[in-house]
Amino acid sequence: MRDTRRRTARRAAQYEGPETRSLAARIALYVAVLVGAAIMLFPFLWTVITSITPEGSLADGPTLIVDNPTLGAYRTLLDAMPIWRIIVNSLGVAVASTALQLVTGSMAAYGFARLRFPLKNVVFGFYLATLMVPLQVLVVPLFIEMKTLNLQDTYFALLAPTIASAFGVFLLRQAVTAVPMELDEAATIDGAGHLRIFTTIVLPLIRPALATVAVFAFMGSWNSFLWPLVVIRSPELMTLPLGLSTLQGQFTTQWDVVMAGSVVSIVPIAIVYLLAQRHIIAGVAHTGIK
Amino acid sequence: MRTGRAKNVGWVLFFLLPSAIPLFIFTLVPMVSSLWVSLHRWNLISPMEWVGLGNYSNLITDPMTRRVLLHTLIYVAGYLPIVYAGGLCLALALNQRLKGRAFLRATYFLPVVTSWVVVALVWKWLLNPTNGLVNQVLGTLGLPEPGWWTDPHWALPAVILSSAWKDLGFVMVILLAGLQSIPGEFYEAAKVDGSNAWQRFWRITLPLLSPSTFFVVVISLINGFQVFDQVYVMTAGGPAGSSQVVVGQIYDLTFRYGRAGEASALSWILFALILVITVIQIRGQRRWVHYA
Repeated sequence: MRDTRRRTARRAAQYEGPETRSLAARIALYVAVLVGAAIMLFPFLWTVITSITPEGSLADGPTLIVDNPTLGAYRTLLDAMPIWRIIVNSLGVAVASTALQLVTGSMAAYGFARLRFPLKNVVFGFYLATLMVPLQVLVVPLFIEMKTLNLQDTYFALLAPTIASAFGVFLLRQAVTAVPMELDEAATIDGAGHLRIFTTIVLPLIRPALATVAVFAFMGSWNSFLWPLVVIRSPELMTLPLGLSTLQGQFTTQWDVVMAGSVVSIVPIAIVYLLAQRHIIAGVAHTGIK
Repeated sequence: MRTGRAKNVGWVLFFLLPSAIPLFIFTLVPMVSSLWVSLHRWNLISPMEWVGLGNYSNLITDPMTRRVLLHTLIYVAGYLPIVYAGGLCLALALNQRLKGRAFLRATYFLPVVTSWVVVALVWKWLLNPTNGLVNQVLGTLGLPEPGWWTDPHWALPAVILSSAWKDLGFVMVILLAGLQSIPGEFYEAAKVDGSNAWQRFWRITLPLLSPSTFFVVVISLINGFQVFDQVYVMTAGGPAGSSQVVVGQIYDLTFRYGRAGEASALSWILFALILVITVIQIRGQRRWVHYA
């Protein structure tokens, strides 16, 4: 599997795709991909346009060129909810859960790949079992647990289910197993212990896998809706998806305000995406090749 | 072993506990307690009342359960072909020699990083029956204008359409990686043998893409059966329950009707369903998945 992956990566680097034949075929191809791109981009553009259209002009729907663009909807949004706080919450929770999953996941991966202990397969089996149960199934009992521990409606409750992810452990264990044992042995001879081998040899070598796990952890947390919906009540603890859904409840027919909220929640992730686009797509493509 | 036994135990605990403790408390414990709750009648407030398998038998006879299962199946059955066919077309196109390929790929992927709630809101607006863009365009073309999320017949299609739009780029990236791992020599050999493009697609591309296809199908089915966010935001299961899905029903049972026991039982029914379908797929893959 590892060999295939390496070969694939090498080939992908050189790959230019098959030669397209006639001019007509080439034009058809370009038209098709551009129409596709328009379908993907236009809804975002429409969101921005709606958000700056004066509320009065929305009855017949907005027009491509806005007559009297206004930031009124954004002002309404600022008054309606602590939107800056909500953005910071979303980013903070996503960064924290990503960091936690990388730390807990890589440590467990090292433990499973490099340490010998009794019942290792049974313990690993438990990890895999948690991987199969989706959060949707756990939402009710998890909520009850948080209530019992008096932790509902706290930042900790938001983070709790994502401190460790079995998916991350699984992916990272594969990567650690791929690191040649000889490197560990050489380091042991030089007097290095597990902690030094882990931090100076293993971690740098599994960086691609760490990036993949980071991408999934961040996107998972950023998009998470059901769990915050269940466990968070206070507006100042809300994350963006939850804030947006409550916004829609308040401004059912005021689409300019709802779209302003949508724009505000797209912008931070769009910036992250623009900066890390290559890694994000590579990370997703990586998990698919198995 | 490198170190002595007692020392090793310390290391095992050091490396495993940071993940084992949270997984135990926040996944394993709720799993078990969920099974326990599913055997009780409980409204989250008054003491639990043992009902054995009563919740399960109630759910099986409740017509609402069949409805939400049916809606979830319709969602999956509508979503998967669209997203696979669309993703495959995009992947095939981007696998050609093309200017701006990186830009196009990034553009198609943009909705994937956008959250479900945003996608659902944007599409709820685009599909607004009175002044939404889609119906305006349809109206201008003289085509019928459906009521989308306000019409019981169109609510699920509206959800399916917007979900497919969001995930198209995800499927494309997976399939593109699959396409790029097909050795070019296969195509050259087939060309020498006088095959046409159509034959090469059916005889080489699709069979050798089957591992990626398998991955997409498994992931899409697992995610599809858990669909919730976009339904909750777009239709809240309505109108008149016409788009209610399993997870939406679990949520409503718990937090709207105070029937946490039945909600937990329904969670386990959903889990069993996903598990059975995934196992069937893994068993069945030998028949159609070819690893090069």
